[in-house]
Amino acid sequence: MLLIPCPWCGLRDEVEFKYGGEAHNNRPLVPDVHDDTAWAAYLFMKKNPKGLHLERWVHAAGCRRWFNVARDTVSNRIDGSYKIGEKPPAIAAETEESA
Amino acid sequence: MTRYSVFSLVRNGLKGHRAWPRAWRRAEPRRSYQVIVIGGGGHGLATAYYLAKEHGITDVAVVEKSAIGLGNTGRNTTIIRSNYLWDESAALYEKSLKLFEGLTEDLNFNQMLSQRGVINLAHTLHDLRDLERRVNAIRLNGIDSEILSVEQVKAMVPILNTSPNARYPVLGASLQRRGGVSRHDAAAWGLARAASARGVDIIENCEVTAILRDGDHVTGVETTRGPIKAPKVAIAAAAHTSHLASMAGLRLPIETHPLQALVSEPLKPLIDCVVMSNQVHVYLSQSDKGELVIGAGIDPYVSYASRGSLPVIEDQMQALVHLYPVVSRLRMLRQWAGNVDVCPDASPIISLTPVRGLYINGGWGTGGWKATPGSGWVFAHTIAQDRPHPLNEPFSLERFTTGALIDEHGAAAVAH
Ligand SMILES: Cc1cc2nc3c(=O)[nH]c(=O)nc-3n(C[C@H](O)[C@H](O)[C@H](O)COP(=O)(O)OP(=O)(O)OC[C@H]3O[C@@H](n4cnc5c(N)ncnc54)[C@H](O)[C@@H]3O)c2cc1C
Ligand SMILES: [Zn+2]
Repeated sequence: MLLIPCPWCGLRDEVEFKYGGEAHNNRPLVPDVHDDTAWAAYLFMKKNPKGLHLERWVHAAGCRRWFNVARDTVSNRIDGSYKIGEKPPAIAAETEESA
Repeated sequence: MTRYSVFSLVRNGLKGHRAWPRAWRRAEPRRSYQVIVIGGGGHGLATAYYLAKEHGITDVAVVEKSAIGLGNTGRNTTIIRSNYLWDESAALYEKSLKLFEGLTEDLNFNQMLSQRGVINLAHTLHDLRDLERRVNAIRLNGIDSEILSVEQVKAMVPILNTSPNARYPVLGASLQRRGGVSRHDAAAWGLARAASARGVDIIENCEVTAILRDGDHVTGVETTRGPIKAPKVAIAAAAHTSHLASMAGLRLPIETHPLQALVSEPLKPLIDCVVMSNQVHVYLSQSDKGELVIGAGIDPYVSYASRGSLPVIEDQMQALVHLYPVVSRLRMLRQWAGNVDVCPDASPIISLTPVRGLYINGGWGTGGWKATPGSGWVFAHTIAQDRPHPLNEPFSLERFTTGALIDEHGAAAVAH
């Protein structure tokens, strides 16, 4: 069972949350300049890393707000969470660049 | 290769079963091969076997980071069937089921194939209509499938709760009689033995750490036991497909999730077919040892940890007790997880790639066991001819760009 740190409510059980997939994959602001390859990349292609993963969660049975979590996909260790629109925590950003 | 038969069994029995020869050669990596297959699961082993058998290509290495058959091949709940909705899937999975039907003889290795029937339950009117549509589509593809009334389901599965007052009452079901179970280890070991006998090197404890390229052409792999050259490299690495593809600079539409299953303490015969419910989210069969084999859906988040989380199996147990109240006091013997490679349309990728000589077979998600021989058969063709077989042409990587997805969530989400 994961213990997930909601930025508003603190540590709560995994069952209160819903997973929302890879974070920082934003819908193109000007859709019609995108070709099929770019759309495929946005819609379907995934990092699926072994290691640090920045991902969206929603506190569905709590405050119902969306936020991002930095989690290691091999150990499931959670390194922290941050609000939508914020930059990932420093450790996360570093590991991500070096990965 | 010693032929397995009743005579070899008696002969070896008289020697106390101490003189059986190794089933496959322990191979050391050579400098180069014509084809390297990455991953010694069922799909990789079947690929190598059919490369040798169907295409006469025996200069092949299967490179496996641990021992063969310990990935999802050795972790699944062994259900096989071909009752998929779309023509593309029906053709591919039916090819595989047909190969399963002849595999024991072909490999000279008892697969313990048991075509005991696979039932899918309907709990709502919508469920029932959906199953009727699927059964019709399947039959139009010449594959056996039928609709059962509640009374017919009850006759086949007396322990099923068919009370009209149930929270999710059973309204009917579909049945594929040729579906059933087939022993997973037997396929891994039998395919390895038969491939090895035809000259394929099965190299265990050898992890691929890099994919070597010259421009846009693959030239071999780097491994924990040194570099191995080959003009053709084929990835059949399930959970690790994205990781290996990233070594060649490719990003794939695949995500890796834990998938759990459980077995109970052994019981007297209780259920003699496979029963699945998408709505109530559990499936059940009984092993030859008497254990109930129970599975359900994936954990929602990406993870390479070979364990799932408890809430998922708690839900699964609730569903089980709802459908089969008789098992409510049964104890579970063990639980385990594999890591499955999930595609957005619940269909696999068996494809050429933008890198010449690099082939990918992955994204089988929760349901690739049943496809093992068929997947190897079409993948071997794809590698040997450097173009897909008509059966796997629709399952190309390009479908995510063209939009020609093959959506099989109805056939593959909970049911594996
Ligand atoms: C709990 C569970 C239940 C399931 N139930 C069913 C079912 O009832 N019916 C069904 O049809 N399907 C089922 N499946 C799905 C099925 O098990 C898989 O789709 C299928 O077995 C995949 O086979 P494979 O050969 O591709 O993968 P695997 O058997 O996982 O083989 C991949 C191999 O690649 C190796 N590898 C990875 N990286 C490297 C590397 N870098 N170098 C060298 N080797 C590497 C791995 O060690 C592994 O042995 C289930 C899966 C699970 C986990
Ligand atoms: Zn909250």
